[in-house]
Amino acid sequence: MIELQKVCRVFTVGGQAVHALRDVDLRVGRGEYLSLMGPSGSGKSTLLNVLGLLDRPTSGTYRFLGDDVTALDDDAQAKVRRLRIGFVFQTFHLVPRLTTAQNVALPLVLAEVPPAERQARVEAQLRAFGLLERSHHRPDELSGGQRQRTAIARATITRPELLLADEPTGNLDRATGADVVRVLENLHDEGITLLVVTHDQELGARAHRRLRMDDGRLVADVGHGLGDRRATEAT
Amino acid sequence: MKRLDALAFCARSLFAQRARTLLIVTAMTIGTAGVVVLTWLGDAARHFVTGQFDALGNNLVIVLPGRSETTGGAPPLLGETARDLTLEDADALLRSPAVRRLAPIVVGGAVVAFGSRSRETTVIGTTADFLPVRRLSLAAGRFLPDEANVCALGATVCTELFDAKSPLGEFVRVGNRRFRVAGVLASGGMSLGTDLDEMVALPVTQAQALFDSPGLFRIIAEATSKDAVQQAVTDVRRIVTARHDGEDDVTVITQDALSSTFDGILRALTLAVAGIAAISLLVAGILVMNVMVVAVAQRRAEVGLLKALGADASTIRSLFLGEAVLMSLLGGLGGLFLGELASRVLPHFAPALQPGVPLWAALAAGLVVLVSGVAFGTAPALRAARLDPVQALARR
Ligand SMILES: Nc1ncnc2c1ncn2[C@@H]1O[C@H](COP(=O)(O)OP(=O)(O)OP(=O)(O)O)[C@@H](O)[C@H]1O
Ligand SMILES: [Mg+2]
Repeated sequence: MIELQKVCRVFTVGGQAVHALRDVDLRVGRGEYLSLMGPSGSGKSTLLNVLGLLDRPTSGTYRFLGDDVTALDDDAQAKVRRLRIGFVFQTFHLVPRLTTAQNVALPLVLAEVPPAERQARVEAQLRAFGLLERSHHRPDELSGGQRQRTAIARATITRPELLLADEPTGNLDRATGADVVRVLENLHDEGITLLVVTHDQELGARAHRRLRMDDGRLVADVGHGLGDRRATEAT
Repeated sequence: MKRLDALAFCARSLFAQRARTLLIVTAMTIGTAGVVVLTWLGDAARHFVTGQFDALGNNLVIVLPGRSETTGGAPPLLGETARDLTLEDADALLRSPAVRRLAPIVVGGAVVAFGSRSRETTVIGTTADFLPVRRLSLAAGRFLPDEANVCALGATVCTELFDAKSPLGEFVRVGNRRFRVAGVLASGGMSLGTDLDEMVALPVTQAQALFDSPGLFRIIAEATSKDAVQQAVTDVRRIVTARHDGEDDVTVITQDALSSTFDGILRALTLAVAGIAAISLLVAGILVMNVMVVAVAQRRAEVGLLKALGADASTIRSLFLGEAVLMSLLGGLGGLFLGELASRVLPHFAPALQPGVPLWAALAAGLVVLVSGVAFGTAPALRAARLDPVQALARR
């Protein structure tokens, strides 16, 4: 479902070029569970943003679900994000003035789902994530784990094919982190393609396929069929 | 995003910042109320003044001695009198079929006395037709019947000299002459600043003798109909020119021209004042812009999130523009309400003002406040829509 070919992302800072991604080739199939690790500044978040259509590669091509999405304009990309991609952030990014239910409903509101259907889906989602009793609470009345679960519930309420999580447990203690990981893995079990960026070895090791980056390059791809790996390199 | 959802989203955001919202809405309210009240006041003043002109009489043509250089129709304040306008001129004007009747007028000041009471007052010398021409009515008696030594008193002069007694048949002294009181004017007559309650009317020849001047102050002629006014003006000019050795040395003003001149002046004044008041709306608009710029800066992460969730640029734009417009709308409605309230309460203290904001003023104020909301909300909304999602989401 994901096919990156020689993707580069160059930032220019004070006249100097910073190569955040260097010739990244990557193929990801439907329903895979990947972790992405590497030292700070190696380009993990940049890769995630490119995959999530929040950022455009400086060069190279990106095919998502068979289509060359780098050619799409901003509004068309927004539509792909709206329907097919979910994001989970280290800092949750809940809208502080909205309740749990309203935060979770946001993607449906943006997708113009009618209110009655919206309400039913939000309720089902909150129940599935164990947040029903918290549905009228605001983010500042929730624990860290509950906040991240709310964020995941929001990211997945439109049933996207791809879920991208950038250090989803980075702001949580071990126990709540493990809880959040379980939630994510449950979603993967239900068929979602999951990519988790993390600094946590233990969490990274849980993924079926483990990617490693260094200085803008993909330097390791473990748990993936070797033939496939060669095929990617050959292109 | 559906419109209703966008509205709810904006409303929640405004409510979350209620102190700030209240401040902006108040500024908008004051601005709008200012525009509405000042426009209403100007309009009420215009109605009052044009009402005064209409109260003068019907289809009047006013003839003044001296040629006015102004062509606009405003009354000449300083006419260089080449030749006096005489009583004979006035009589001659009656030959025009377009003139129904007329009143020659002489004005001066004199002391009027009855017994031991006396006061300084305005004296108008005229004829019996003054009453119908000026559409005045009498409280008692007759107005300047065809006798030499009669007079009519204004209501105030009458009470000051006679208290509640009937003055009819009594003799008053005006200057050094004695006149029998034949009539008393009903109170309430105003003539462009001259209070007819505060005057004494004498036969025109008596007034001329009293002031020792053969010239007339002016002649007020009434045309037979509205359509005859222009004919009357032409006739007046022709007759006077013929009588003044071929010199067209009078100024002829029609009541319509006079009235519409003042109408125009006051209309312009109203618009100017409303325009000045609209500056306060401009200030409120800048306040809106400022608040929205701050809001966009504070809510960068939220914008980034919305974009990550798939909101396109136009959705972000309408969410932020919606907040600005919503605040303007609330302020506009508040201002219209306050303005209307003021226009209903104030006339209780100043009955000359007619209550109720004119519809056009309310619509204009509403439009201006809405336009300022859109105009000043657009730049911050565009800025929000253009934010790069990655940078907006990044923690600072
Ligand atoms: N907007 C930007 N402008 C300039 N340089 C940037 C920008 N975003 C990222 N970079 C640079 O690109 C490189 C990769 O950054 P990135 O955020 O992808 O690293 P990361 O692997 O996610 O690091 P961390 O583990 O600390 O989150 C870094 O050198 C960073 O300084
Ligand atoms: Mg990162």
